[in-house]
Amino acid sequence: MSASHTHDTHAAGHDDHGPMKGWRRWFYATNHKDIGSMYLIFSLVMFLTGGLMAMFIRAELLYPGTQVLDPGTFNSMTTMHALIMVFGAVMPAFTGLANWMIPLQVGAPDMALPRMNNFSFWILPFAFGMLLLTLLVPGGSPAGGWTLYPPLVLQTGDAFPMAVFAVHLMGASSIMGAINVIVTIMNMRAPGMTLLKMPLFVWTWLITAYLLIAVMPVLAGAVTMLLTDHYFGTSFFNAAGGGDPVMFQHIFWFFGHPEVYIMILPAFGVVSEIIPTFSRKPLFGYDAMVYATASIAFLSFIVWAHHMFTTGMPLVGEMFFMLSTMLIAIPTGVKVFNWTATMWKGSISFETPMLFALSFLFLFTIGGFSGLMLAIAPADFQYHDTYFVVAHFHYVLVPGAVFSIMAATYYWLPKWTGHMYNEKMGKLHFWLSTIFVNVLFFPQHFLGLAGMPRRIPDYSTQFADWNFVSSIGGFCFGLTQLLFVYNIISCVRGGVKASDKVWDDASPQGLEWTVSSPAPYHSFEVPPEVK
Amino acid sequence: MAHAHHDHDSAGKYYVPHASHWPIVGSIALFITMFGASQWLNNGISSMFWVGILCVLGLFFGWFRDVINESVAGTYNQAVDRSFRMGMMWFIFSEVMFFAAFFGALYYARNIAQPWLSGQGVKFANTLLWQNFTGGWPSNGPAKLGGEFEVIPAFSLPAVNTMILLTSGVTLTIAHHALKENKRGILNLFLALTFLLGFLFVYLQSTEYAEAYHELNLKLSSGIYGSTFFMLTGFHGLHVTIGAIMLTVIWLRSMKGHFSSENHFGFEAVAWYWHFVDVVWLGLFIFVYWL
Repeated sequence: MSASHTHDTHAAGHDDHGPMKGWRRWFYATNHKDIGSMYLIFSLVMFLTGGLMAMFIRAELLYPGTQVLDPGTFNSMTTMHALIMVFGAVMPAFTGLANWMIPLQVGAPDMALPRMNNFSFWILPFAFGMLLLTLLVPGGSPAGGWTLYPPLVLQTGDAFPMAVFAVHLMGASSIMGAINVIVTIMNMRAPGMTLLKMPLFVWTWLITAYLLIAVMPVLAGAVTMLLTDHYFGTSFFNAAGGGDPVMFQHIFWFFGHPEVYIMILPAFGVVSEIIPTFSRKPLFGYDAMVYATASIAFLSFIVWAHHMFTTGMPLVGEMFFMLSTMLIAIPTGVKVFNWTATMWKGSISFETPMLFALSFLFLFTIGGFSGLMLAIAPADFQYHDTYFVVAHFHYVLVPGAVFSIMAATYYWLPKWTGHMYNEKMGKLHFWLSTIFVNVLFFPQHFLGLAGMPRRIPDYSTQFADWNFVSSIGGFCFGLTQLLFVYNIISCVRGGVKASDKVWDDASPQGLEWTVSSPAPYHSFEVPPEVK
Repeated sequence: MAHAHHDHDSAGKYYVPHASHWPIVGSIALFITMFGASQWLNNGISSMFWVGILCVLGLFFGWFRDVINESVAGTYNQAVDRSFRMGMMWFIFSEVMFFAAFFGALYYARNIAQPWLSGQGVKFANTLLWQNFTGGWPSNGPAKLGGEFEVIPAFSLPAVNTMILLTSGVTLTIAHHALKENKRGILNLFLALTFLLGFLFVYLQSTEYAEAYHELNLKLSSGIYGSTFFMLTGFHGLHVTIGAIMLTVIWLRSMKGHFSSENHFGFEAVAWYWHFVDVVWLGLFIFVYWL
């Protein structure tokens, strides 16, 4: 064992320094908590930026006719809103949670590759800086939708290469972040923590990270082909040269559908942590949850063309993608069943994180059901590109992914800051959010079924009433989020001291509750033993 | 065995590196490069791009220098080494998926887009736009973009290039075995052979491109064949170039006496990368040149 002997002597004595002083702490960071915090703050800023764009969209749609934005700017707003919310708000928020919680939950001193961790974070502000700069360049920012379909997107002005390169940078950041997550989980678990003893949040992130590494490069390839089609005379998406614009949709959605699960699997993990805690029962069907997550990830690779039922596909293709899509309902149903069964005969209490998790359970399921409706190919011919689709994916993304991020924030914020947040304000934030998110998005189902197309700034007067309701819901939902921001800031600055377990009477399970609150700067210098 | 937790090799004494300015420098360098590239495409001004490239090169030099110094000083333990190995394997997997996008495009163009354009299945494009188009491969599409062209036969220069890359895989493996048996002379010789073969491949590939452009009228703009041919072989050639440069660096380090028979992650990472570009080439040879 001479090899391990020499290794040990070198490794001691590096871990006892505290944070650096001043700006260097953040710019030169290698600490998973500092980097996690930066991710979360960045994500919040992007959430508010993308949210502001949504406010402009809803202001325009408040009444029929064009009042607030010219149609080009309106299209820019929908495109930028989506890109910012997907790549700037939801994904970095989950990466921030992963950074904070995975080392704490697996009993590791830090993430496995701390410098790459900081690299993957710092790329993001620059990537989004470049994306937001497109608002100022000749021709305006991209306006062809976040899916960047050619040939429409090739009409973008000077913003085009900037948007493409911004996507490349985001992809590089995501891939590095995902590699870090996988390596941390596979290499740095505390002794005794076998794979099937890992917390569900860790499991869902492991699978998410695999999806990220598998599909972000495919997106990079797709936008590279757009770039060369635009500037270098290639014909990937040009039928005259033997290419096919539909091919872009195939490549894009081969990325795009796993991307959907990249944004929801960590949410499943969060909810699987919170519901058992506040039901005071272990998670029902742990193994089934793991296998369901893996099944969803596998299925995500063979369902992509359900986004393209109306763009032209052989009948057998329509059938295959319809049926494979419906299969997803099975593992997802397992999950919803298990969360419900976890609460069965539990001793449930309704703190803010639990409220958000419950709201997730109900409202995400609504989004799942409308997804099943959309999966039926002949019915989709009617729903395609209507507000029904907008309602569907906002139900899974806002009361789905975003609510789970809020639940996770309330659940772990005391562990991060050492203070309790303001519970009353948290509950108020929950109730207003839950009410207004439904006022905002539920009417969009009706609009879509009545035939209102998406991505259009003006509409027929028959759609006026529900658009008015939806916009009011949107403004109120947007304003409500200021409560969230205020609550977080005041919790960071002070408040009632949180205990180590934070939720003492619920006695939460997991290694993160065995360290002090706030968690020490270096998590587990001596690995805990897991039995 | 001076430390109490020597048996917890997996995490107990994990080396958490000290703060580093390279990540933020790297982010700024990437931004300058990418923003500069946009400027180049939009306005034809390339200076910012080249400044960015210089910054990126400086970044690689500086960051790797620090990491190599730490490694030579014996800072990294087995657990860190394992992290590096896993990280490299997943990075290579991401590269595989990047190439998969382009192979997928080739498959789609040949087996789905071509039949549609030539009137099989959904007939609109054929009956309304290009009634005389019969498809087939190679193709620059119904509009014959770029004009008539010829392709490079598989069993000419590409076959030679295949032999060169496969041979370089063998020489690299011989070098690896020599390293494990501590035969430094053989190691250095065969490493040098490997990167020389790599650069020879790149040189021959460039002569092939020159022939394609000047004699065969096969260009990037020659419809879908030109697009897939040059993008696939081009990205592969870029990866071979990067790999050969990495091998050269490894050779220089090996000449300085770096790497021991047990501890040589840097060598192995580059070797994996080299085998990866090798395998991609086999895919290219079969699907782009041969079939």
